[in-house]
This record gives sequence, structure tokens and C-alpha cells, in this order.
Amino acid sequence: MSNPNNAIRLAGAHGRFLGSLVIRGGRVIDPAQGIDAITDIAIRDGFVEAVGVGADAPPGAQVIDARGLIVTPGFVDLHTHLREPGFEYRETIATGTAAAAAGGFTTVCAMPNTEPAIDTTAVVDFIHDTARRQGSVRVYVIGAITRGRKGKALADLVELANAGVVAYSDDGDCVTDSALMRNALAYSRTTGRPVVQHAEDRALTTGAQMHEGSVSARLGLPGWPRAAEEVIVARDCELAALTGAHLHVAHVSSAGTLDFIRRARSRGVHVTAEVTPHHLTLTDALVGGHWWSATASLPAYDTRTKVNPPLRETPDSLAMAAGLRDGVIDCIATDHAPHGITDKHCEYQAAASGISNLETALGSVLAVVHAGGLTLVEAIAALTIRPARVFGLAAGSLLPGMAGDVTILDPDREWCVDPAQFRSKGRNTPLAGHLLRGQVIQTIVGGEVICDRSA
Amino acid sequence: MRRKDVLDLDDFTADELREVLETTAAMKEVLARPIRRVPPLRGKTIVNCFYEASTRTRVSFELAAKNLSADVVNITASGSSVEKGETLVDTTRTLQALGADMVIMRHGASGAPYLVARELEASVINAGDGWHAHPTQALLDLFTVQSRLGSIEGRRVAIIGDILHSRVARSATWGFTTLGAQVVLCAPPTLLPIGFADAVNTGLRAKGIVTACPVTVTHDVDEALRDADVVMALRVQRERMDSGLLPSLREYSREWGITRERIAKARFGALVMHPGPMNEGVEISPEVAYGPQSVIEAQVTNGVAVRMAVMYLLAGGRAGPAV
Ligand SMILES: [Zn+2]
Repeated sequence: MSNPNNAIRLAGAHGRFLGSLVIRGGRVIDPAQGIDAITDIAIRDGFVEAVGVGADAPPGAQVIDARGLIVTPGFVDLHTHLREPGFEYRETIATGTAAAAAGGFTTVCAMPNTEPAIDTTAVVDFIHDTARRQGSVRVYVIGAITRGRKGKALADLVELANAGVVAYSDDGDCVTDSALMRNALAYSRTTGRPVVQHAEDRALTTGAQMHEGSVSARLGLPGWPRAAEEVIVARDCELAALTGAHLHVAHVSSAGTLDFIRRARSRGVHVTAEVTPHHLTLTDALVGGHWWSATASLPAYDTRTKVNPPLRETPDSLAMAAGLRDGVIDCIATDHAPHGITDKHCEYQAAASGISNLETALGSVLAVVHAGGLTLVEAIAALTIRPARVFGLAAGSLLPGMAGDVTILDPDREWCVDPAQFRSKGRNTPLAGHLLRGQVIQTIVGGEVICDRSA
Repeated sequence: MRRKDVLDLDDFTADELREVLETTAAMKEVLARPIRRVPPLRGKTIVNCFYEASTRTRVSFELAAKNLSADVVNITASGSSVEKGETLVDTTRTLQALGADMVIMRHGASGAPYLVARELEASVINAGDGWHAHPTQALLDLFTVQSRLGSIEGRRVAIIGDILHSRVARSATWGFTTLGAQVVLCAPPTLLPIGFADAVNTGLRAKGIVTACPVTVTHDVDEALRDADVVMALRVQRERMDSGLLPSLREYSREWGITRERIAKARFGALVMHPGPMNEGVEISPEVAYGPQSVIEAQVTNGVAVRMAVMYLLAGGRAGPAV
């Protein structure tokens, strides 16, 4: 059995990125160290050597001129659907990590709703191996909570932790059985890994296609009420209190959910939470199309707006930004969910749920910053050190000795979202054709530049 | 009418609705002639694409198309490629390749005709999609009320029954309110779509229609009937009990069924409507359904004329007795 204390900080999944370089003159924002200053960063043999004006270049190392740009730790995504094994037509570890790099993410956590599900050491090893050989960024693995993600019996949680999983989740499905969820939480204490819940009371979302509200009523689409998320989060907070385990709430969508998390936190329950870029920025009005919303650029019933949990209303999205500011929500996670063309080119009710998110996440989050909903430093923290701390990953900071993973961005560069240019196989985004302000210029993993738009 | 498709009435202006009603009156005259066939759609191919069985609606569209001299092709869900797992997108491509001029579509999924309309050059008429819309049914209801009561503006229309699952209720609400009527929706709370009244009231304001409280909602059938000029009962299906939305049809009928005693609370001479098929003795009692205030049969007759009008206008015809 592994010891929870030494499990908290895992080494990077790879030894492949061992470059050296110096980044000069950028505005370095590293919330983990409280740095926000124009300075230099030296990376030697894959690791941060020094941060400070005049930090030395190792002889012969590449020098990157970051003047006028923002330099941050590489982004960390706790919620990425890489689809491999099983759904390679939607995404592979190679394409998904290339998309991550294009979006400034240097660490992603792969969700286990693959085929087979990630519920054995063999599948965990396969993902680690494939990522080491074909991945552009660091890949951590999330194991299933239940065998086959069927919600009936626990997976071998200790074995999975020993194989290197950083958390447990049946994401895509909710662990609805209260006794099983209690047991999962209790048992997870042996490994210290968080249990990540996709909070959806399925009895309340039978046939649901979108947020239950005036838009669903008008469109005649079965609704997904906020309460379906809230009742599971309320229950799970009590179960986390009962067991003393670490509960992580995936993709919070409802403002009301935050009250339950806040209340549990105030009682000392170990609950963390994430929010997606789309729940921060988009609402159900988008499903109703142009006619319904002057700002919508899509026709009614466009399946690219279908996502689970669904896009909600403006008060919810505003509450998400407020939650990030006051800390009730720990971090931003993409819930990157790539799909093939046929998964979305069909009736709304037949369409798959999900948004291909890695490459637009920064632009979406910066839209909140530009609108005054978050400060730039808060946004960077929510993409770097805050997610890293939730799963206890050795990432998200430029402290000397940490992996040399860096994202260089221009918060004002405008670009038009063209899914045909995505590195991801998933072209499914409601932001197609949208103008975003803020773009990744360079992504660096272990001192190696793996995405470069500086030309 | 300057539009490619008729998918719902939510995006119709009052003028467009009046244009359809005027043209419907002209089509009624055509139907009264000894030879009902007129030539405006000669040489056009109209495809009836029904993914849900509905003989009444399909036949109504087919008669309408034939009266306008169009060639009609029927694709129904059973026994066709639809049943063999061909997707809606595949079918759409086939329709495009075959050169259909107009597609009449009935589908169980809300919004399905929108997908087809986006991909197809031909006009699409929604003949009912999921819970969402049934615009030609609503148009025939408007026409029936207008011809019986002389006007729609300022009237009070009570729609009573399973609103949640009703495309008829949704489209009728848009149609009546766009022409200045008030609509009151009445159902047990489990069969009312949360937020629908808000959606319509907001949408009407966006269209510049400023009736006071155009749509209201109540669970109390007596309140709904008070001063109603039109009472529309909707079918309540047995499945609603299995899914826990209703305790029993008996209880529904006792609390919400339209009976002779109840209809007396509406305005004297109020019209009784039902989009069919009826569950007599559940949502409506036979003596009301076949009583002197009932216009249920006229609704069916007017259906053909309304569909002729919609097809004619979509094909570029102009309003008035030009046929
Ligand atoms: Zn999920």
C-alpha cells in the first residue's frame, strides 16, 4: 500500500524533455511564488535553474525574446478526454497532447472513459508508454472509480495508484449509488488520491439535452435542471465529511452548487472544485440561436452547443468567475471533449455532448479577464498552480528545480477560431468563427519549444 | 412571404400571419369549386418525409399539394431507408440529389427540421418536431378562430392539457400572441414547461408586440376558463402516468377535463378546439367535443386550405385571390 504522504508529489511522467534555454524580458507571472515582474528565466537540462534579471544562459542554449509578452508556468489541465484507447477517430494521445501544447497546456490529466476504461494497470501503463513515445506534453492518468465505470463495484484503487493514477473518476457518468460513493471515498484514503465526481442525478436528467429553463422550454428540448448537479454535490459533501476523504467536483455549472461547496469547506471538509472555460463564458441562449440572442453566431439547435453539464444562464457564469476569485472554485479545467464529425452532424437529441476546448481555453478565460471578471494573475493561477495543488502534481510553478514547463502568451493578440486549424481531431466548438483576444505564442516543455507562433 | 422555410411561428410577424390567413381564405374558395385542382405548383416535387406515423397530417399535406398540382412523393419511417438506419443527414443528401422543391417533415426530435433546412436548398415545412413546433396546425387554429369569431386580437385563448410535451401548444401560443391575443396555459405542474411563458413574453417584446401579459400560466382550470373566447384541449397520454407525471387519467379528467359544466365558465359561445386525436372522456367529454361550440371538425377541413396557402406562398405566390 502506498503512503499518502509521499504520494502527494509525483514526478513528471516523462524523462524526454531535457532542453536548455533562456527566456528574456517577458512579464513573468508565477502566482505560486508571488512573482509578477519583468525578468528572465533560465532552464537547464529540462528544469528551471533560475528566475531573475540576468539569469544565465547555459552555453549554446536558445535565447527567447519575450519582451512585450507574458511568461507563465505551463498550464495544467485536470480534465482532458484524450479518447485513446478506443475512440481514436475522435482523438489520440498524440493529437490530444499536440492540441494541449497549442493551447499552452504542458500537463494534462487523461480521463478514464476510454474503451477499455482505465481500470487496470495495463491500461494505465499503455497510456504512460504512448504518451512517452508520442505525447507533446506531460500526461497524468486518472483511474476509474468503479470497475468498467459501471457504477457497481470498486476498481482496484490501490493498484491503480501504484501504477501512477493521480485521481479517480467515472467521469461521463456519475457514481449515483450513495453507498458505493461512500465506499469509494473511504477507500481512497488509503492512497490519498481525490475522487472526482461528475455530479449528475440521472433520474433528474432522463433524456436531457440542455439546461432546463426558458430556452429549453421554447425549443422543446428536455431540460437538465441545476438541481440534478446540486443534489449530488450536497450528498457527496456529506459523504466526504463522513469519510474524511478528498472530493473533487468536476465541471461545476450551477451557481447553487457553490453554496454547498462553500458550506462544506467552512466545516473543514476536503472538497475542491473546477470550472470549464465554457461555463465561465457561454450560456444556454446560444442553443436558441441568432433569433433568440443577438450575440449568438450559431443557428438554433446547433449541436456544437451541446455539452454535459449544459451551458446555463448568465447568473451562473458570473457566479463561476466570482467563485474563482473567492477560491470556492479552485481552478479551471477544460473538459476537452473532442468528437468526430458524425457524432455532432445529426439531430440535437442524437448528438454527442462535449466541446473541443484545449485550443480555445486561454482565449475564453482571457475574455473574462478583459471583461473585468478576473484579474490576469487570478486567471493564470487558476490555470497553473491551483490545479496542480488540487491533484498534488509537481507542476504549475517556475520555482528553481521544477520542470522547465513554460507558456508565453500575448493577452491582446486577436485571432479568429478556425477549427480546421486545430491540432485536435475534435473540431466541435461553438466558438468557430469567433474572435478571441489572447493567444499562446510559445509553449515550452522541459526546456523544449513544442509550439511556436512567434514568427 | 419572404422566407425559405416554415419551421415555427416564433419568427413570424403579424403581417406574415395575416398574409397566410388571407391566402387560406382564397384556398377555401378553391376547395369549394367543383374542380379543386389549381395549377401553381405544376411540375414541382414535394416530398412528404414522415419519421413519425401521422396519417391525418400526412394526408392533409398530400391533398394540399395535389390540389396545387404538385407531384407528391411519400417517405415514411416504416419500410424505407429510414428504418434501415439511414441517418437524417443521409436522407437530406438524397432529397437534395433528387431535386425536391419542397420537403414536408415530421420528426420525433425537436429541431430536426432545422438541421434539414440548413443543408437543403429546398423549402422545408415543419409538420411537427418533437415537443417543439407544429406551425401549420397553429395556422389552421388561427384561421378557424378568425373565421368563427371575426378577429383574434384581444381574444383570450385557454390551452389546457399536456403543455410540456405539446408542439401544438407551443406553436399556437406564438401564433395567437403574435396576433394580439392573450394565451393562458393550464396544466398540472408536472406537465408545464418551466420558463415557457417567460420565453414567449420576452420573444414578443423583441418582435415589438406589446400586449399586456400575453402569456400566463395556471394550474387552476376554472381560472383558465374564465372569460376565455377559445378553449383548446390537448391530448393527455397514458405514458405520462408510467413516467410519474400524473397519478391517473381519472384524476386528470376530474381536475382538468373539459366538461359541459366547466365550459359554462368560459365566455358565452366560446369555441372548443382540439388538435386530435382525442381521448374522449379524459381531456374532453364527448358532449363538449361534439357539442354546438365545437369547431374540431372545421379544424380538420381548414387544415388542407392552410397547407395549400403555406405551400403556395413558399413557392413564391402572393396573397389574395390570385389563384
Ligand atoms: Zn463530466
